[in-house]
Amino acid sequence: MKRLHVVLAGVLIALAAVSDPAAAGKKDDTLVWATDRDNPIADPFFLNTRELVVIGHHAWDTLVVIDPKTGEIKPLLATKWAWVNPTTLEMELRKDVVFHSGKPMDADDVAYTLNFVSNKDNAIANFALLAFIKSAEKVEPHKVRINLHNPFPPALANLAGLGFIMQKGHYDNAPVKPDGKKDFGAVPPNGTGPYRIAEVKPGQSILMSRNTSYFKGGYKGEPAISKVLFRTIKDANTRSAELMTGAIDWIWDVPKDQAERLKANPALVVENAKTLRVSYLQFDAHGISGQKFFTDKRVRQAVAHAINRPSLTKNLVGPASVVAHSPCHPDQFACSDKVARYPYDPAKARALLKEAGFPDGFEFDLVAYRDREFTEAVIGDLAKVGMRPKLTYVQYTAFIEAVRKGRAPLAHGTWGSNSIPDVSAMTAHFFSHGPDDITKDAQVKQLIDAADSITDPEQRRAAWQKVLERIAAESFWVPLFTYAKYYAFSKDLAFVPTSDEIPQFYAAKWK
Amino acid sequence: MLAFTVKRLGVALLVALTVSLITFSMIYVSGDPAIAIAGEGARASDIEAIRKFYGFDRPIIVQYVDWLAGALRGDFGRSFTLRQPVADIIFARLPVTILLGAAAIGFALVLAIPLGVLAAVRPNSMLDRFALTVAVVGQAMPTFWFALTLILWLGVTWRLLPITGSDTWQHFVMPAIALGYFVTPAVMRLTRAGVLEVLASDYIRTARAKGLRPPTVLFKHALRNAIIPVVSLAAVQFGFMLGGSIVIETIFQINGLGYLAWESIQRKDLPTMQAIVLVLAVIYVLLTLLADLLNAFLDPRLRAA
Repeated sequence: MKRLHVVLAGVLIALAAVSDPAAAGKKDDTLVWATDRDNPIADPFFLNTRELVVIGHHAWDTLVVIDPKTGEIKPLLATKWAWVNPTTLEMELRKDVVFHSGKPMDADDVAYTLNFVSNKDNAIANFALLAFIKSAEKVEPHKVRINLHNPFPPALANLAGLGFIMQKGHYDNAPVKPDGKKDFGAVPPNGTGPYRIAEVKPGQSILMSRNTSYFKGGYKGEPAISKVLFRTIKDANTRSAELMTGAIDWIWDVPKDQAERLKANPALVVENAKTLRVSYLQFDAHGISGQKFFTDKRVRQAVAHAINRPSLTKNLVGPASVVAHSPCHPDQFACSDKVARYPYDPAKARALLKEAGFPDGFEFDLVAYRDREFTEAVIGDLAKVGMRPKLTYVQYTAFIEAVRKGRAPLAHGTWGSNSIPDVSAMTAHFFSHGPDDITKDAQVKQLIDAADSITDPEQRRAAWQKVLERIAAESFWVPLFTYAKYYAFSKDLAFVPTSDEIPQFYAAKWK
Repeated sequence: MLAFTVKRLGVALLVALTVSLITFSMIYVSGDPAIAIAGEGARASDIEAIRKFYGFDRPIIVQYVDWLAGALRGDFGRSFTLRQPVADIIFARLPVTILLGAAAIGFALVLAIPLGVLAAVRPNSMLDRFALTVAVVGQAMPTFWFALTLILWLGVTWRLLPITGSDTWQHFVMPAIALGYFVTPAVMRLTRAGVLEVLASDYIRTARAKGLRPPTVLFKHALRNAIIPVVSLAAVQFGFMLGGSIVIETIFQINGLGYLAWESIQRKDLPTMQAIVLVLAVIYVLLTLLADLLNAFLDPRLRAA
């Protein structure tokens, strides 16, 4: 037995001697962040993941940015802009911007990029968000004109979110796929951002190194950390373990229970910050699913009164979450909570059900896809007033199919608005008679069309107020709460979370 | 033996065909594949274009025959997201999974055979009970939980081993232990039962009567015969480990076939998912066939069964 102990001790010492944790942290001046998503490419136009949006804002620049603290549009590659008319926008560009390839940026690059992304045949992942662009043209070497199909007030917000500027001709020599189409996502990255993409290991990691030629005096400033490495680590427990060992420096989407435990680790900082994602219940208000309960407004209002939303936000989601009253995020432009409200009132819910002819409640199907614990809390509240939801919990694909094909009498969904802080990114998506609009209310559609043709901010805000009032009065939706995310990172890192879910590593530094 | 081999080959072929059918039908289990590929926020026209491009609008039987013919040629199509031929991706990742499986089965054999032999030599002793405890714990403990426990102790608390990746041999230590421990009980029990049976046989009594030393009797005469079923069990368990490494590869972020399977599920990369399931199933079928043939070769009674 003694000999066994000696052997075991020897093995452990040997392991400790050869163990070499990956380079990360302040010592190596490398910020390592990890999520569960894998990114086989590094082009933000051709893969629709949150990670590539984040990497996009580090390796590329947009014409303008939205300051997540104030919601204000600020200059980035464009120094100033003006609406010539409701469908023509002119922008003047910085003259000191250089691509990672060494070529200076000018109006040709901007026009090329905007014409490329707005061409449906090129099939960028978020085409719908940039489809408002009709064409773009060079006016002067550093002045560009953008023509819109129709007046589109959130144009600047959308350009700030996803309008990454590529070098002219960037996609011209893209490799050809076996089906004969060009594989644009396979083109080596080349942006103007504060970091350049140094290495892509498909599905495993993306390494960015500091762009020492980045222009000075811009919104993003000059990055302090020399390398930023993204790693895919699928398992949430493993990510937490790697954070604790110092092999990685930053994680997000930490489950609440894990976040509470990580708080006890003195080497880590845990923060709960708001996001633009909203949780909601969507009714089949026309009874196309065959279950007609929710065609009655009183039943829809009973559901709204039955759910204890303050308790959900406080006990399940996190301190940065708030109750939502409209089908949009309070931080989005023109989102208003001055609408009909349905406070938690089980007695009133029961009374409304009785009035609608369901004194003993009823059984119905509820479809959901994300954060099962939240859905189960909703089910618990509905059960208290006599409603008996039968949960079908599925992948997003099956969820969206069930909703679109009218197989979901009640759907529990979420929407992140692609981080665009404008009401149209959510409310218009769900109420403009598109594929995700199962309400298809003619009056709401008319009001939205009117609101989205106004460019004056105050008039537009007033027009959207009418849209939101109509939706709340009719209880077409029960907006539940805004999401809040737990972040956990090394105490050596000075980092501030933002509500747009685009972590600004370019502004982070080591303490 | 020839008739037995032909019969077994026929069964293996049927199983492989059935698996191929189930694998193909996976594409429709979780909803419309065109919506899956299009992702959140796609428009109806985009979804329709994808449906046409990938041929999802054709009759299902036509799609299946087309897919099977491709699979037989080693053409599993292209990954939706990795943008490479699926066969290339699988063959790039397979060696890592085989290495992990081999390390795990090696760990299981090194632990289970000595324990099984010791338990058989001293039945009902403290040693036997200890071996039984190892077996029960190994079978009862979920693999993912054991893996997380190893991470907690060897990775986080003592910092002896790296937690994620597959760059060095140290990266394989914890995954091999976690994966191998799960099959240890079966191997140990079979070894124990085999050695006990052989030790009670006439030829061992003869060997002892001849005055041979106990280690010679045990290792030269008893173990050589008792180990034969263990070899075939190890072959089958190896196949199980290749398929069962999904959880372990995901937890330890090892870029093998299991992890690729998890990635494909997450990304709804249906051609890759289908190919992985089919490849693993065929490997498993082949290993089972090999074990059957090996057993039949060693024990003629099985050929008549």
